[in-house]
Amino acid sequence: MSDRMAAPILDIASLSVAYRGAAGWTPVVRGIDVRLEAGRTLVLLGESGSGKSVTLRSIVGLLRDEGARVEGEVRVGARNVTTMSDPELRQLRGGRVGFIFQEPMTALDPVFRIGDQIAETIVRHRGTTWKCAMGMAKELFELVQIPSAARRLSAYPNELSGGLRQRAMIAMAMSCEPELLLADEPTTALDATVQIQVLLLLREIQKERGTSMVFVTHDLGVAAEIADDVAVMYAGQIVEHGSADQVLLTPRHPYTQALTRCVVRGSYRDAALGELGGAPPDLGRLPAGCSFAPRCVRRADECLLAAPEPCEVAPSHIVACLRAADMAATPTGEFQES
Amino acid sequence: MSANLARLEAPLPVIPDRGGPLQPLLAASDLSKTFRLSGGFFGGRKAVHAVDGLSLTVGKGETVGIVGESGCGKSTAARLISGITPADAGEIVFDGETYWTPRSRITAERRRAIQMVFQDSASSLNPRMTLAETLAFGPRAHGIPTASAHAYARDLLAAVGLPPARFAERYPIQLSGGQRQRVNIARAVAMRPRLLILDEPVSALDKSVEAQVLNLLVQLREELGLSYIFISHDLNVVRYISDRVAVMYLGQVVEEATSEDIFATPKHPYTRALFASRPSLDPRHRVKAAPLAGDPPDPIDPPSGCRFRTRCPIAESLCATVAPPLDDTAKDGAAVHKVACWAAVPGSGHSLAAKPLERVQ
Repeated sequence: MSDRMAAPILDIASLSVAYRGAAGWTPVVRGIDVRLEAGRTLVLLGESGSGKSVTLRSIVGLLRDEGARVEGEVRVGARNVTTMSDPELRQLRGGRVGFIFQEPMTALDPVFRIGDQIAETIVRHRGTTWKCAMGMAKELFELVQIPSAARRLSAYPNELSGGLRQRAMIAMAMSCEPELLLADEPTTALDATVQIQVLLLLREIQKERGTSMVFVTHDLGVAAEIADDVAVMYAGQIVEHGSADQVLLTPRHPYTQALTRCVVRGSYRDAALGELGGAPPDLGRLPAGCSFAPRCVRRADECLLAAPEPCEVAPSHIVACLRAADMAATPTGEFQES
Repeated sequence: MSANLARLEAPLPVIPDRGGPLQPLLAASDLSKTFRLSGGFFGGRKAVHAVDGLSLTVGKGETVGIVGESGCGKSTAARLISGITPADAGEIVFDGETYWTPRSRITAERRRAIQMVFQDSASSLNPRMTLAETLAFGPRAHGIPTASAHAYARDLLAAVGLPPARFAERYPIQLSGGQRQRVNIARAVAMRPRLLILDEPVSALDKSVEAQVLNLLVQLREELGLSYIFISHDLNVVRYISDRVAVMYLGQVVEEATSEDIFATPKHPYTRALFASRPSLDPRHRVKAAPLAGDPPDPIDPPSGCRFRTRCPIAESLCATVAPPLDDTAKDGAAVHKVACWAAVPGSGHSLAAKPLERVQ
């Protein structure tokens, strides 16, 4: 366990994922590298189709059953997920790695009581007695701050509100004290007043237990609330990677800069909304050179020729843009809150 | 990015203005809707009071935002005002003329004045119709010849940023979410309405596309002199586009004021909590504590008195017995700022309310 501090809890090296479509293989994730130190939260930020959820699912080997072609290496702790057997993967999922989905209703079984579902996970992974597992489930419900925990354990998923269901989902993900928690847009379907509760809960649990987390979202505000580090994805690649402050406050990639300008704030009378023209590229027919070049306001001729290599523009702030070095950091300005 | 819609030759006539600029375009009063749930095991009669005594006015050229969490009745409110779902009680007056009363029918020509855009851009389009057919359908139903309806459809596509040469013969499935929402907006505008009801029109879109669609909506409003009712759970979006904002909680409006006032000085504890729940956008200044605990209660069985009292940090015994009225609390001369909270009513007996004497002075 002593080497756990030194080795990253998650190490993804040149991961590529492709799905077979009508016109051959379509690349969805294209050669990404991610390292996550223990105890930190990485947010994968991107719009639909950017490959962020696929990256997350690759960490627990879920792509294999979907007929995807996976290249590269995914390591959780010291173990290589890409070469694991199916029983090994089952041991990993819900054991060392917990998963929180966007829609708890599709992740929880509607015909079993919630307490039983959590206890089953505990018995399966930790080999305890059922009675002992139920006791632990109750403690978990208290951890995720579900009121009247004992009564809620014997409820069916449909009897809980959206916020409580998401808390139950977190309890289940935490049931085997995972080292790594994967969360796929866990607050997107929740109301505003409930979303902030769940974000604060995740922050608290993480601090208390030292769990590492990979958190997928499209929402810059959510990222700002939870991230230590942010990786921005576009067309299957990481285009910018750095600390939350670096990426969200002084973005250097033109795509991240455009995204921060699209954030709606203030009134239309004061300022027109920054627009990002066009649409993400068709992944089956990617342009030569930088995939963002067709929409980029800072495009130069050389951007259309070769894909940019990631380069470090500041300590641990990595940007994949040929012009990153020429561009001064442009702060996104003061975020006004009233 | 697109042609000026006002200058387009529209086959349907513009609906003339009657009451002048000061007369509200829409005045809905006391709209209520109860949905009966099919009986339980013992045939129990349960009912959801989805909207309870909603009154709303929309001025000419004005945009009124409605915000609230799921189950607060904002979408039902939209459907009642547009007449898609008839209300149980209330009245809707449109530009000085009765538009709807219980048991009345809205004529097709009248209905043209209020159009709707829905959240789910895919399910609100007919998958078997090309975009040109979709946009020509409404005008044709109003007696416009097919040829001119189709010509107008192509102009509309161009006006919302979809070049007709490439898009007119496409089907909805061949479009992205943002493009489909542009078609939905064009279809609503094709009827030359005066009021558009937009029910979460950008909620399902990516942020960069959301900005494009919001800019289109602002542009259309100016060019065509439209009024909007804009419904969303996203406070930043509502603030951006609205002149006035109404906050709903469990079927009732709890606060209503100009966009500027309500965001600067929210008065209802629910509004304050809702605003404070917004993620900060700045990692250096994160939200420290959640303003509210728990989820909104079940609308089937709302709390007595003030419906927010079960989650309210300043609730007192008075709040459980009598529901507070939605009254104007603005000082003389200031814009109307309505709040339904006993703490805002002088002399109500709530410990945070001003004493009646102070008001006289």
